[in-house]
Order: sequence, then C-alpha cells, then structure tokens
Amino acid sequence: MLYREAGQFKSSYDEDQAIFPILQDRIMLAIVLIVAFVAVPLLFNEYWLSTIMLPFLVFSLAALGLNLLTGYAGQLSLGTGGFMATGAFAAYKLAVAFPEMNIIIVFLLSGVITAGVGVLFGIPSLRIKGFYLAVATLASQFFLIWMFNKFPWFTNYSSSGVISAPPRAVFGDYFVTGSSASPQAKYLFALAFVALLALAAKNIVRSHIGRGWMAIRDMDIAAEIIGIKPLQTKLGAFAVSSFYCGISGALWAFIYTSSVEALAFDITRSFQILFMVIIGGLGSVLGSFLGAAFIVLLPILLSNAPTMVGLNISVDLISHMEFMIMGALIIFFLIVEPHGLARLWQVAKEKLRLWPFPY
Amino acid sequence: MEFLTAIFVTPFVEIVSYPIFFFEVVIGGLLAGVMYSLVALGFVLIFKASGVFNFAQGAMVLFAALTLVGLMEHGLPWWLALLLTIAVMVLLAITVEKVVLRKLVNQEAIILFMATIGLSYFLDGFGQTIWGSDVKVLDLGIPSAPLEFGGILVNEFDIVAAVSAGSLVAVLAVFFQKTRIGRALRAVADDHQAALSVGIPLKTIWAIVWSVAGLVGLVAGIMWGTKLGVQFTLTLVALKALPVLILGGFTSIPGAIIGGLIIGMGEKVAEVFWGAAFGGAIEDWFAYMLALVFLLFRPQGLFGDKIIERV
Repeated sequence: MLYREAGQFKSSYDEDQAIFPILQDRIMLAIVLIVAFVAVPLLFNEYWLSTIMLPFLVFSLAALGLNLLTGYAGQLSLGTGGFMATGAFAAYKLAVAFPEMNIIIVFLLSGVITAGVGVLFGIPSLRIKGFYLAVATLASQFFLIWMFNKFPWFTNYSSSGVISAPPRAVFGDYFVTGSSASPQAKYLFALAFVALLALAAKNIVRSHIGRGWMAIRDMDIAAEIIGIKPLQTKLGAFAVSSFYCGISGALWAFIYTSSVEALAFDITRSFQILFMVIIGGLGSVLGSFLGAAFIVLLPILLSNAPTMVGLNISVDLISHMEFMIMGALIIFFLIVEPHGLARLWQVAKEKLRLWPFPY
Repeated sequence: MEFLTAIFVTPFVEIVSYPIFFFEVVIGGLLAGVMYSLVALGFVLIFKASGVFNFAQGAMVLFAALTLVGLMEHGLPWWLALLLTIAVMVLLAITVEKVVLRKLVNQEAIILFMATIGLSYFLDGFGQTIWGSDVKVLDLGIPSAPLEFGGILVNEFDIVAAVSAGSLVAVLAVFFQKTRIGRALRAVADDHQAALSVGIPLKTIWAIVWSVAGLVGLVAGIMWGTKLGVQFTLTLVALKALPVLILGGFTSIPGAIIGGLIIGMGEKVAEVFWGAAFGGAIEDWFAYMLALVFLLFRPQGLFGDKIIERV
C-alpha cells in the first residue's frame, strides 16, 4: 500500500537510471538525512553523540570500505585494521607537518596514501585468491601495526607511542578535531564525510567499475574472458576500499578518540569490521550501516542488560559472555539469513509492496 | 648504507664466526616449528575432509587446554582429566556437526569460514566463562632441562614436543591410509557426492574428523600450555599456524609439518640475525611475509593440490 512503484512512470533515460528510482525510497532517504543532520545533534546528549553515534559512523565507513572489497569485488581481506591505522597515522603526520592545511584535505590525502598502501598489499590478489588471499592480507595487518609501533617517526617521537589529534577547524574557529571541539561539531563533520562517501560508493558500484568488480567476484576467469582486466579491477578495488578504510581510521584518531595508538587497530579490529560486513550483508551499501549499528550497539546492550534486570555479574564475566553471545549470534545469523540484515530489509520491502492485500 | 650492511653483511659474518650459535638457533627454530605444525595439522584435517577452513582450531586448542587444566585443578588425577577432556572434545565435535555444519550444508565456503570465526568467538568466551581467565600452569611432569649434544644446547621439553608431534603424525598417517574409517575420510575429501553414493555416512564422518581435529588440538594445547601457560594468547599462536598452512598447502599433512619447520626456523633465524637491522620484534610479521612472498611463486603452497580452474 505504502511502498508501491505502480503509477510512477519514467519519461526519460535519466529518470530511469536515477540512483533512487522509486519515490518512496527518495522520501525515506530524505527523512533519514534530515533526522541524522538536524534531529540527532539537537536531541541527543553528549554521551550518546560521542560514545554511540561517532563510533557508529567511523565503523560504518570502515565496513563500507571492506564491503566494497569483499562484498563487491570478492577479495576476502583481514587487513582492515592495518589500513585504518595507515589512515590514522598518515592524517596525523600530515596535520602536524602542515598546520595550515585544511583538515578536509588532510583527511582526503591520508585516504589517498592508504589507497597506495592498499594497492601494494593487493598485488598478491593477482596470483592467489580465497583463503590464501585472506592469510596473505594478515601480512599487511601485522606488518603495518608493527611498523607504526616500532618507528617513533610515525608518532613524532612521543614516548608512549600514542598520537594525539591536534585541534583543527574546518573554517574560522569552528573546531572539529581535538579534545576542545564540541561533540555536535565532531558528529556533523564525521556525518558529512560518511554521507558523501556512501553516496559515492552507491554510485561506484553501479558504474562500469562496480560491474567489473562483481564480475570478478562471481567468476574471475569468465570475467577476464569477456574483457575485464583483472589487474586494474582488483587493484582498483583494493585502492578504493583502502581509501575508505584510511579515512575511517583518520576519523577514528581525530574525531572519535582524539588520541590513539597503533594497537587500537590490531587484528581484533579487522575481525570486528568483517563481522559487521557479514551481519549487515555482503555486497550491500545499506548492509554496512546496519551491520555497524548492530555490532556497536550489541556490546552496550549486553553490558547494560544484567544491571537492568537486577543481576550483579562481574565485569570479567560479562566480557566473556559478550564473546559467547557474539559468536553464537554470528552462527545464528549465518544459519538463518546468510545474506545479512540488508536481505531482511529487502524482504520487508517485498512484503510492504503487497501489504495489506497479500495477493 | 648502514642499513644495507646490517642486512647483507653483518648477519653472515655473525653466522660464520659463531657456527654453533647458528645451529642452536636453527634447531630451536625447527623445534618451535614442530609446535606450529601441531596446530596446523588440525586445520588440514578438517579442510581435507569437509572443505571447511576451520578458523576455530585455535579456540579449540585453548578450550581443550583450559578444560584439562580446569579439571586437574578440581583435584582429578591427570589420566582421568585427560579422558574427560577427550570426551568433551568429541562431544564438542558432535555438537558442531549437528548445530552448525548440518544447517550450513551447500553454503558457500566463505559462509562456512565465517561460521567458524563465530564458533571461535563462542569457544573463547565459553571456555573462559567456565574456567576463568587467569593464566593457568599446566604441569604434566614433562622435563624441561637443557641437554647438550656436541656443544649444542637443546631443551628437553622441545624434544618431547617434537617426538609427540612425530608420533601423532605417524598415527594419523596409519589411521588415514590403513583403517576403514580413514579410507572413508579420504573418499569424502575427494568428492562428497561420490562418497555419499557408495554409502559413506557423511554426517558421521564429519563428526569423526572434528573429533580428531579436537584431539590434535588437545595435544597442541598441552604442548603450548606447558610452554606458555594456559591463557588467552594461545589463540594467537593459532594465527601463526596460518602461514604454515599456506606454505605447506591446505590439503597436505606432510605440508603442514614441513611448512611448520620452515616457518619456525625462518622466523627464529630472521629474528636473531636480521631483527636488529629492522629494529627488532620482526617475529610478529616475518612468517606472514615469508608465506606471502612464497605464494607469489607457488599459489597452491608446497604440497597443495594443483589448482585447476575452468569456466
């Protein structure tokens, strides 16, 4: 009833190829954007903004990056944490070395640097695939973290190995990074980045680049035969994915935590982001956001649930229970819906199309 | 220039001038490699028989060791604790088969891989919920005095580990080649459908394979637990088994052994002689890099089945 495309006629190719061809989708998106840009910063308090919304945005961006690589291009990667660290440290070095450079340019450049690193570690994907590639990407994870830990040049010789984000403003004295910036400003800045990059991702995956990725994912030899160049396509996927992960890492270091050490991006971070992609849905932009929301909210829910019902459990035990429940949920999701939360949304849309007359 | 000297000159000078020290490092590395092989064996067994890349092997190692230590702390004699642990691992295998694998039959390999990641999280949490997360000391009375062979110092414990790994591989080889179940396992590994069509019960076979992998995990857990103490970091050791695995090939038992030896030795030699040039602690990533470079030249690993691809 509510969600129906009947009666919406397209009278030009432009309309037919629009990114959101159905009116209801456009309205929905507009509502989500208005809520995210206006309602959330006005209504949510500082705690919610800085401990839930900011990590959610940062993780969504990283999940989106990994989803482009694993979900669309089919290259399983366990090196996400390493690429995020690269982005964080590149942004730090750039911001400190060029204090007058605008923070937006710093972030974009750190993304470009990470893309370069990603291409370097993506080269093995031309020879190996599947699980072999997953293990090979572990090399990037361990090597990059070791490098940032080992060479004090990356942290500007800070004795603790921790980098602190310098305060920077977008324009005037509107500070978005550092500890003095208001949570609202940080949130809006991160949100703008995430929204624009998500739109870009949505467009990339339906262009010839994205179609090339999907062809490589579905069967790389067949894709090669119909004229898709594996070198450019695979390395392109690594570059774009790393670009997203790098900016996400920079946002993490500058906006979410303000100070960070390389160990924050260790192997468990890579797995966490992989879980987001799986639970959200491989090969879906929306799924990256749903998965990130799920993984960010679940631990908060789990650690608050026992006190809510009046049980008194030690912190240690809760963290172990969290592991257990997380593992069980992942298995449960894979059994019930291997295509993730995004697929559930798809099913809901199908149902809405017919509702309330099922035939 | 200094850096180049540190890489290309100094290490070789050191090796030539202290050959005994070099041999000690090599032997220490080989024996450490045996321990990696033990973990890698569990991966290979499951991958061969069911095509599942079992990421939870590391968690199984930790879980087995935790259960054994936990039971012994409750005052059980070691042989009873060992028997009970074996029973628990078999039970775990049956449960995994019933609850996870059976539901995911015919799914893509990547989905099964993700499921085993979930399983490893579950086992990590479960083991520590029951037995606590303190570092536990596992003492089965394995001697650990240093011995001397022709001027080269070797730890007695490492030899015990190597011998038990060797006998484990021998037993597994006999089991796979000679027994009826072993033949059925190999048939399943070759082709699921063909095996089913000649009447091999797939579900039973999978439960058996997971049990065997659990037992291998137990042996690895005892060895690593004695060496490092039974604690959460044991799961990180399992990650080290991955480069061993790709070096040797996913489907080859001898590959797991030789891969382990190469990685163990390469890692130690690199750390001791080349580590200084890179600022130390290169053990963290050297194994992965070695495997990565190796894969570029031989994508299927040393002994893996040749990859044949068709459209």
